[in-house]
Amino acid sequence: MTVTLKINGKTETVNAAEGTPLLWVLRDHLGMTGTKFGCGVAQCGACTVHVDGVAIRSCITPHDSLDGYEITTIEGKAGKEADAIRKAWEDIDVPQCGYCQSGQIMSAIALLEETPRPSDQDIDDAMDGNICRCATYVKIRQAIKNAGNAL
Amino acid sequence: MFLNSDGSFRETHATSSSQPTQSPITNLSRRHFLGGSGTMVIGMTLFGACAPAKDSFPEIEANNGPSPLTDVEGGDATPSLFITIENDGNIKLICHRSEMGQQTWTAMAQIVADEMEADWDKIEIVQAVGDKKYGSQNTDGSTSVRNNFHRLRITGAAMRSMLESAAAQLWQVDKAECKAKLGVVYHSKSKKSAHFGELAAFASKLAVPAEDEITLKTREEWRYIGQATKSLTVPKIVRGQGTYGMDVQLPDMLYAVIAHPPQVKSFIKSVDTEATLAVQGVKQTFQLPKASTPVGFKPLGGIAVIATDTWAAIQGRKALEISWTDGPNAGFSSEVFAKELRATARKSGTVKRKKGDVNAALAKADKTLNAEYYAAFLSQSPMEPPCATARWDGDKVECWTCTQNPQAAQKTVANVCKVPEENVTIHVTWLGGGFGRKSKPDYVAEAALIAREIGKPVKVVWTREDDLQHGYFHSVSAQFLEAGLDENGQCTSWLHRTVFPTITSTFVPLVARGSDMEVGLGATDMPFAIANVQVEVGKAKAPIRIGWLRSVCNVFQAFAVQSFSAELAHAAGIDQKDYLLKLFGDARHFDPNKEGAKYSNYGASLEKHPIDTARLSHVTKVAAKMANWGRKLPEGHGIGIATHRSFLTYVSTVIEVKVSAEGDLEIIGVWSAIDAGTVVNTGHTISQVEGGTLYGLSNALYGEITVKDGIVEQANFPDWRVMRMSEAPKNFEVKIIKSDAPPGGVGEPPTPPAAPALANAIFAATGVRLRSLPLIPKGQDQLPL
Repeated sequence: MTVTLKINGKTETVNAAEGTPLLWVLRDHLGMTGTKFGCGVAQCGACTVHVDGVAIRSCITPHDSLDGYEITTIEGKAGKEADAIRKAWEDIDVPQCGYCQSGQIMSAIALLEETPRPSDQDIDDAMDGNICRCATYVKIRQAIKNAGNAL
Repeated sequence: MFLNSDGSFRETHATSSSQPTQSPITNLSRRHFLGGSGTMVIGMTLFGACAPAKDSFPEIEANNGPSPLTDVEGGDATPSLFITIENDGNIKLICHRSEMGQQTWTAMAQIVADEMEADWDKIEIVQAVGDKKYGSQNTDGSTSVRNNFHRLRITGAAMRSMLESAAAQLWQVDKAECKAKLGVVYHSKSKKSAHFGELAAFASKLAVPAEDEITLKTREEWRYIGQATKSLTVPKIVRGQGTYGMDVQLPDMLYAVIAHPPQVKSFIKSVDTEATLAVQGVKQTFQLPKASTPVGFKPLGGIAVIATDTWAAIQGRKALEISWTDGPNAGFSSEVFAKELRATARKSGTVKRKKGDVNAALAKADKTLNAEYYAAFLSQSPMEPPCATARWDGDKVECWTCTQNPQAAQKTVANVCKVPEENVTIHVTWLGGGFGRKSKPDYVAEAALIAREIGKPVKVVWTREDDLQHGYFHSVSAQFLEAGLDENGQCTSWLHRTVFPTITSTFVPLVARGSDMEVGLGATDMPFAIANVQVEVGKAKAPIRIGWLRSVCNVFQAFAVQSFSAELAHAAGIDQKDYLLKLFGDARHFDPNKEGAKYSNYGASLEKHPIDTARLSHVTKVAAKMANWGRKLPEGHGIGIATHRSFLTYVSTVIEVKVSAEGDLEIIGVWSAIDAGTVVNTGHTISQVEGGTLYGLSNALYGEITVKDGIVEQANFPDWRVMRMSEAPKNFEVKIIKSDAPPGGVGEPPTPPAAPALANAIFAATGVRLRSLPLIPKGQDQLPL
């Protein structure tokens, strides 16, 4: 089936099977590999993208349910919160292997867009769905706070 | 990212970022510029102060003599093996080790660039393909820095020397007056200077200096080594750039997932693929060869579903109707096995270290204690599951994959596909974590087999379910310890029996005892000053594929040794930290080989890397001080410590916990001191201590893999728990001990002390001694108090 999606401000026409999750459309059909596969069941957060500004798990979201929505991925995410998060991440070298970090960053940006000065509890609530097997949690928490303070 | 036909990547989507794309991953094996037809031309792009026009290089014949640096400590240090200087002064450094988050790209570059006096901003990393000429590329055992430090320093310094020689010949001055600094060679008397790019082509014609002609920098002269130099990968990561194994895409590529046998060496009896082939996007199926003994790195077999995207392949796999034979371990139960291991640990085993007479000392002891420890199977489970892409051209195959060991991948693909090794090229991508899993290249061979069968490039994707159910599992273990104390609480005898299925069994079937190497990871190298010591290993069969995981047997052996020492402290009525220091005793170098052990010391000499009790004591004291050990703690809090040497590095970790009466656990703080000898990157070492410790705590709290009827019971994150943000400590302090000692490992040593420090803290908080890992039983949320 042919579906038109708006991704990072650009219109993309996709021909994938009905119900194919957005994750695989992004990665396999459009070659946008910044969004990662970690579990396929919305438990690890590596596939996090924004749909109309809300962080969602693209591995369980059928692409054909997103007609008319604004989809933003790690490759296209911009704005002051995105800049602050990326800078904070780079300043203290948050990532280790980096594989989960697209998702971590997309969750963190969504958090700051909603709550510019998050508390520890806010961070726990927003980030608990993003697993990091390298366990960079200490630095993620610090970088979110640094980014919030810089805004 | 897509791959061009020459193997380089190209961007397919413009981004708003101005960051450079990931360096092309190309085979630079022919791109030598020393002693051969190189790619260098005499650069005319001048930087800074220009060399006067009258200066010109003398006409000389290129030196084609053998490099005198092919066999320095650590391997071949010939500059052309690792360094390419382009005529604009940009430098390409080949990294022959795999980047999996330990920041080996940055560390290796720091070492070479420092000795070379390169300008950091001119450096680009090129990932090496698998090739024996680099020496070992097995990114495992925390070896990248410690085994390559000297060699890469020589490489960089030799390059600097050749550039200075080139400048001396250009200006017809004494070489001793030419000094390289940050990418430029200067002659101060004449105020001449030349950029490395101008000198490179001529330098490439010069003889490579011998090691004794090379002057390494002094420590004081280091400008990158020992600094918290920023990661070379992070700027790409935060923009979703960079290419992991999972991200490789080739023109006309198809995607495959595999229905692996539910038990090791069960086979397909019959399969109905009709529904699978009806799934939109599914192209075909392919039965992989049956796994033969020994399983080693060979694929497990099963049936591949090949489709136009990963999702279609996954849907196609779901639709398969397969009847499997029973594998030889179809009756295996990890619950029953745990009892067998525990029973074995209660019986005498094969003696692996003996000092004095343990039994006589136990009989004379004022007080004796014994305890049994258990640690479950674990899964490495990096965030990026195993994956590989393969493309055949005639009888040659190229694979792009996230592997820790490209040479093993090359060999495995060659063996499985029955082609010569030289027909197999392994391109190494970034790894989305490794932790030992990606040292085993079964998935690379799967990709090669499928690509050959279908006549098209294919990417094999392991789902999380594949990763958790068909892994090379970290060994389950049971250990029995017994000790005698004298009337002062001094430990006079120590018996340690360790029982676990050995990694060797994966490669040599029926081997049923832990190897000397494995018992040397925390058992035979136990460094306490005790008069009577005996270490034994018991028999255990291997029912599933056994493999190594971050810090290997140190995980369970350090857990037992560091928990039991805390139990002795309690029995002696002495503070845990003070008692641990008493056990380490006076400063001395301890050699397990003198007590009958066959101790491999992580492949290093004991002369260069002794087991040094002074360093054990020092990290213990530093960590305790950081944690303000001995302070009054709030109600329900407890503090514990563990100190362990592994991979030639000493780590002490203090953990403070809060435990409710119901068993709810909160990790309040972690304080770690690490003595890794000479540290190349202080920032990333701190990151490894944080990550390695929390990896250990995650496994210690929840990471259990259980097996029933030969089948792993956990399938994905909902039923296999890992540490998340809210469970991580909010306070984590790390201190690196300043040391001139040669480098030790960094990636693995923080993991072993984590579990015992946590168990010791829980005991301090609750009075309950937990001796079984994971500490939180399967399906529960609280500690079993």
